[in-house]
Amino acid sequence: MAALKYIKGKQPHKREYRMIFRNVDRQGWDESIKSYISDGGYKELKKALKMKPQEITDEVKASGLRGRGGAGFPTGVKWGFIPPNNTKPVYLICNCDESEPGTFKDRYIVHQDPHQLIEGMLISCYAVGAKVAYIYIREEFPEGAKILEKAIEEARAKKFLGKNILGTKFNCEIYVHRGAGAYICGEETGLIESLEGKRPYPRIKPPYFPAALGLYMCPTIVNNVESLCHVKHVIAMGGKKYSQIGTPRNTGTRILCVSGDVVNPGYFEIEVGKITMGELIYEVCGGLKKGRKLKAVIPGGSSAKVLSADERYTIRDGESEKVIGIDDIPMDFDTMAQCGSMAGSGGVIVMDDSRDMAWILNNINTFYAHESCGQCTPCREGSLWMKKITDRMVSGSGVPSDLKTLTSIGDNIAGRTICAFGEACAWPTQSFVAKFPEDFKKHTKPRNAKKELNPESKIAAAGLSR
Amino acid sequence: MDIPKELDEKADDYISHYPEDQARSATLPLLHLLQEEYGFITEDSIAWVANKLNLEPINVLEVVTFYPGLRQSAPGKYHIRVCRTLSCAMAGCYETMDKFCEVTGIDRSNVSHHNPIAVSEDGKFSIEFAECLASCGTGPVCLIGDDFHESVKASDVEKLIKNYD
Repeated sequence: MAALKYIKGKQPHKREYRMIFRNVDRQGWDESIKSYISDGGYKELKKALKMKPQEITDEVKASGLRGRGGAGFPTGVKWGFIPPNNTKPVYLICNCDESEPGTFKDRYIVHQDPHQLIEGMLISCYAVGAKVAYIYIREEFPEGAKILEKAIEEARAKKFLGKNILGTKFNCEIYVHRGAGAYICGEETGLIESLEGKRPYPRIKPPYFPAALGLYMCPTIVNNVESLCHVKHVIAMGGKKYSQIGTPRNTGTRILCVSGDVVNPGYFEIEVGKITMGELIYEVCGGLKKGRKLKAVIPGGSSAKVLSADERYTIRDGESEKVIGIDDIPMDFDTMAQCGSMAGSGGVIVMDDSRDMAWILNNINTFYAHESCGQCTPCREGSLWMKKITDRMVSGSGVPSDLKTLTSIGDNIAGRTICAFGEACAWPTQSFVAKFPEDFKKHTKPRNAKKELNPESKIAAAGLSR
Repeated sequence: MDIPKELDEKADDYISHYPEDQARSATLPLLHLLQEEYGFITEDSIAWVANKLNLEPINVLEVVTFYPGLRQSAPGKYHIRVCRTLSCAMAGCYETMDKFCEVTGIDRSNVSHHNPIAVSEDGKFSIEFAECLASCGTGPVCLIGDDFHESVKASDVEKLIKNYD
C-alpha cells in the first residue's frame, strides 16, 4: 500500500487501513473504467463467476461482514433469508440514499470509485441469483447519478454487465433510480415502496421482510453501498482472511465520518474496533479547537444516542468486566451497543463545551419532524411536538415541566412505530435530556402561577360566586 | 401537454428499466425528467405522467406532495439549496443562508413547510433549506442547481454567487 500516492493535503492518516477508500483522493486516479481495470479491477468478478453462488454467500458469512448502513446486521445471513424454494425473480438494491446526518462516506465511493460498487454489486447479484439490480441514489447527488450511469455503460461495453457476462450464462442489469429528497427512503421497506413509485411508507415486519417479500413482493436484498463494496474484498482475500481484519465479531474496516468541533474533520477508514474514540478525536482528527474541552459525541449518525464526556461505561468481555470513559471506547458495533448507543452508519459528530445541547437537540428535532413520513401517529405527532418544545426552549419560553414532557413524548414513540424511525427520532431527545438536564433547565422559567387573569374574567368569576 | 420528442423517448427508456407490469416504478424518474425540463412540477406534468404510466393523476400527485425534491412552485433561474442539518449548522449554515438572502435580495419571511422556496424579485435566484446533503465534514455546504459547493462560509457567498449570472 505504501506505493500509492495521494493528492497533497488529502493523504490518509497513518492509523487508517484503506481498502474501500483505497482510490479516494488517489493521485492520477479518476472514476473511469480505464483507471479501475489498470488497477486490477473486475478481477474479483471473474473469480466469483467461477465459484458457485452458495460458495460466495458462505465466504461472506465466514467473513463476518456486518451491514454498514446502520443496523450492523450480518450481510451473509441477510442473503440467506431468501426462501430456498423461491420461484420468483430476485432483486438486489443498493441503498445509496445516504441521508443519516453526520454520514458522508457513500458520496466518495460513488463519485470517485463507482466501478468498485458495480463490481461488488455484480458479485452479490450472482450470489443471491438477482438478474436485475437497482442503485437507489439520493436526489441530492445529481453528479453521482450521472457518474454511475456512465460507469454502467462502460461496464456494459466491456461485457461485465448485460447478457452472458464474460461469456458465462450469468445475465445481470443494473439501473440507477434517483430518489427525491426523503430521509425515510433510507429505510429498506420505505425505499422499496419509493422504487415502486409510491409514497415511501415503510412496511411492517413481519411479514414484509424484503428477503422474502420485497420489491414487487419478490425476494429482495437491500444492502448499503459500503457493504456491497466490501463483498468484492471478501472475494479477493477469502472470508477467513477478511475476518482477521478488525476484531472478532466486528470484522473488516469501516469508514468513520467525523464532523463537528474537531480540528480536522473528514473520513477515515479504520479497522473496526482497533481504534478508540479518544484516538480518533485527538490523534486522527487533530483534537478539539484551541482551549476547548470535549462535551459530547454522537457516535453513529444523528439518531444514535449521545455520549457524554463525563460518563463511565461498564464493558463486559466474556467473564471480565471493566469501567471505561468515553476516550477508551473502541469504535466497533458491540461495545458501542454496550455503552447504550450504536455504531450506526459511522457518522461521528463531536461537540465541545461551547455548545448548548438544547440548541443541538432542537436542530436534530427539526430534522426528524421534517422527515417523519407521517404513517404512524406517535412518530408523526411526537416528532413535531418534540421540535415545538425545543423550539420554544431555545427561544426563551420554556417551562420546567418541558424536560419531563420531552422525555415522556420520546418514551411514547420508541417501540410504537412500524419502522425504526420512531427510535431514531426518540433516542436523541431521550438521551440529550437525560444526560444534559442542566442545558435544558437553563432555558426554562416557571410561569407565574398567580398571574392576573384578564379583568373581564375576574369580574365574571366574582359574579358567579356571589 | 405536448412534450419534446427526445423527452418522450427518454421516458420510454426509463419505463423499460422496470418489469412490464410495474411501469408505476417510473413515476419518480419521469417526474425528474419533467422537473429538469420545466423547472418544477405543473398540473399538466402530473396529468402527462399519469397518462403515460396508466395511473390516476392522484397516484402521481401524492408522490409529488411527499418528496421535498419535487418542487410545486417555480424556482428562480438558479436554485440554491443550503444544508440546514446539524454539522452544517454547527459550521454556520444559518449565517450562510442569511448572506445568500442578502446578496440575492431574497425575502424568506413567508417560507413555510408547504411553501419552502423563496424567489428573488427578478426571478434570478431562489433558495431553500435542505435537510442533510451528506457532506458533514466540509460544512456549510450548498447545491446551486446541480453544482455542489463545500465550506461556504457567509464570507464566501458574495464571491460564489458572482459565478451565476
